[in-house]
Amino acid sequence: MTGAPLIEVEDLKLDLDDGSRRVAAAEGVSFRIDRGETFGLVGESGCGKSITALALIGLLRPPLSIGGGVIRFEGQAIQHLSAARQRELRGNRIAMIFQEPMTALNPVSPVGRQIAEMFVLHKGKSWREANRLAVEALASVRVPAPERRVHDYPHQLSGGMRQRVMIAIALACGPDLLIADEPTTALDVTVQAEIIDLMAELCAAKGTAILMISHDLGLVANMCKRVAVMYAGRIVEAQPAEAIFAKPQHPYTQGLVDSLPRLGERARRGQQRLREIAGVVPSIQSYPPGCRFNPRCPRATDICLSVPPEIAALPADGLVRCHHHG
Amino acid sequence: MKLRANLVIGGALFALAILVGLLAPWLAHTDPVMDANLMNAEEPPSWTWWFGTDDQGRDIYSRVVYGAQVSLTVGIVSQLINSVIGVALGLSAGYFGGWWDDVVNALTNLMLAIPSLIFALAIMAVLGPGLTSLLIALGLTNWSFTCRIARASALSLRSQGYVQAATVLGYGDLRIMITQLLPNMLGPIIVIGTLGMGSAVLSEAALSFLGLGVRPPFPSWGSMLSEAREQITTAPWLSVFPGLAIFLTVLGLNLLGDGLRDILDPQSRSRRT
Repeated sequence: MTGAPLIEVEDLKLDLDDGSRRVAAAEGVSFRIDRGETFGLVGESGCGKSITALALIGLLRPPLSIGGGVIRFEGQAIQHLSAARQRELRGNRIAMIFQEPMTALNPVSPVGRQIAEMFVLHKGKSWREANRLAVEALASVRVPAPERRVHDYPHQLSGGMRQRVMIAIALACGPDLLIADEPTTALDVTVQAEIIDLMAELCAAKGTAILMISHDLGLVANMCKRVAVMYAGRIVEAQPAEAIFAKPQHPYTQGLVDSLPRLGERARRGQQRLREIAGVVPSIQSYPPGCRFNPRCPRATDICLSVPPEIAALPADGLVRCHHHG
Repeated sequence: MKLRANLVIGGALFALAILVGLLAPWLAHTDPVMDANLMNAEEPPSWTWWFGTDDQGRDIYSRVVYGAQVSLTVGIVSQLINSVIGVALGLSAGYFGGWWDDVVNALTNLMLAIPSLIFALAIMAVLGPGLTSLLIALGLTNWSFTCRIARASALSLRSQGYVQAATVLGYGDLRIMITQLLPNMLGPIIVIGTLGMGSAVLSEAALSFLGLGVRPPFPSWGSMLSEAREQITTAPWLSVFPGLAIFLTVLGLNLLGDGLRDILDPQSRSRRT
């Protein structure tokens, strides 16, 4: 294992062209993921986590575009590669799992064929060989009777089965990085746990790094080694998973951790209401000056209203973006 | 079982028409062109003359049987050309968008603005009458509806999760269009195609009527109808039987299209099994 990170994002800025002007949908996004590492990116809807993932895989489409910064995959800047080279990376070295297993599979194609196509496309296998590998791939995601299931169409499978098929497709070529964008949001809670375990186990076995994108702090903390929290287009805090729960530094993270429901504890303390973070997320067009969290922040002072906070380093490669962290 | 009725009836009618066309030399009682005999002119339908005879004493049954060859060839081949052109243009326009979409759109609007029969007529006038020019003329002038449907489908399919997933998995543009978009839009394309075959049969009739289609005396259903026009009150069987042939063929094609759409939709397929 070399010291160079698998993927490195530096000061990434993503522009949204809303017709009349360009606004930054995300800016100053920096993180890195080492080989085989699991990295979580947490935030509310619209905070920029999904578009960051799309940028990583080179799929930003107008009105979104990369406005600055650099994304390096094994030291190479991805956004400067030719379209053909980018396509070679996609699916082969970097794969992605989507939120909606209902729509992410082609409804008119048997699932086995959809898996087999990956081997044909990226590994140059014959269809006969690819079909055999597809059965193996289905078996590896623990789909029962895989030699029969390969002939099924997506609508004949349950949501959990479809997500297993998606995982089989994504991991077919043994990618170095798997991007999972809310992979279990559309599934039942009991199935969620199975899918997460399966994904973690398969990736660990193959040494695949995972970028886990979610709004579920608990899920990410369970699965990931390090976690970054995004708010309104910026990473506000990044720490090892245990530290983010034990010692959240940014007021937003603290609010998130506090608002997690804890079984039994509320009743014991006689507390009736679930805690919340007051206020709403500002829209992209009207981010407040200074720190973007200032309208909702319990610790906001004058400096927060005018000066955007700089990144402050924390132990263990952590960072926080707050004037009053701690 | 009810769901399959249209497929069975439509398929049977269409297959019957094709069989009749293929087996014409064996099914026909007389030669459709040469066996004219003024002694038998304008005989009504009888055991000897199943569909009656025309003013030159030719057997209408034999002429209808041979006419299937021309009508079906024109219907099938010209619509295939239309479908290929329409799908290629519409699919790529909807998928790529941008300037190519603008070009295809302008071309489609142009085609829709010119009545296709007039356009076909112009092409026929340049190429001269005959089966080949008929195929080319009708094949180049009726793709705009297919193109519209293909483009609209491509636009809506492009944003589907599985198309984006395919992009993420490293599929190239051509592969996405062929494996992801095309199979998912086949249903409406096939329905439009079968309707188009019917209208191509009718266009062939119109062009033949104007003397630009298949030249008499060789029969096509369209030219037989137009020849029969003058005797419609005195000898109605001259127009009834070719008309019935056109009607049954077009009906069969439409039922077949509906039935095919049902089985091409994988969700309805499993509903039945």
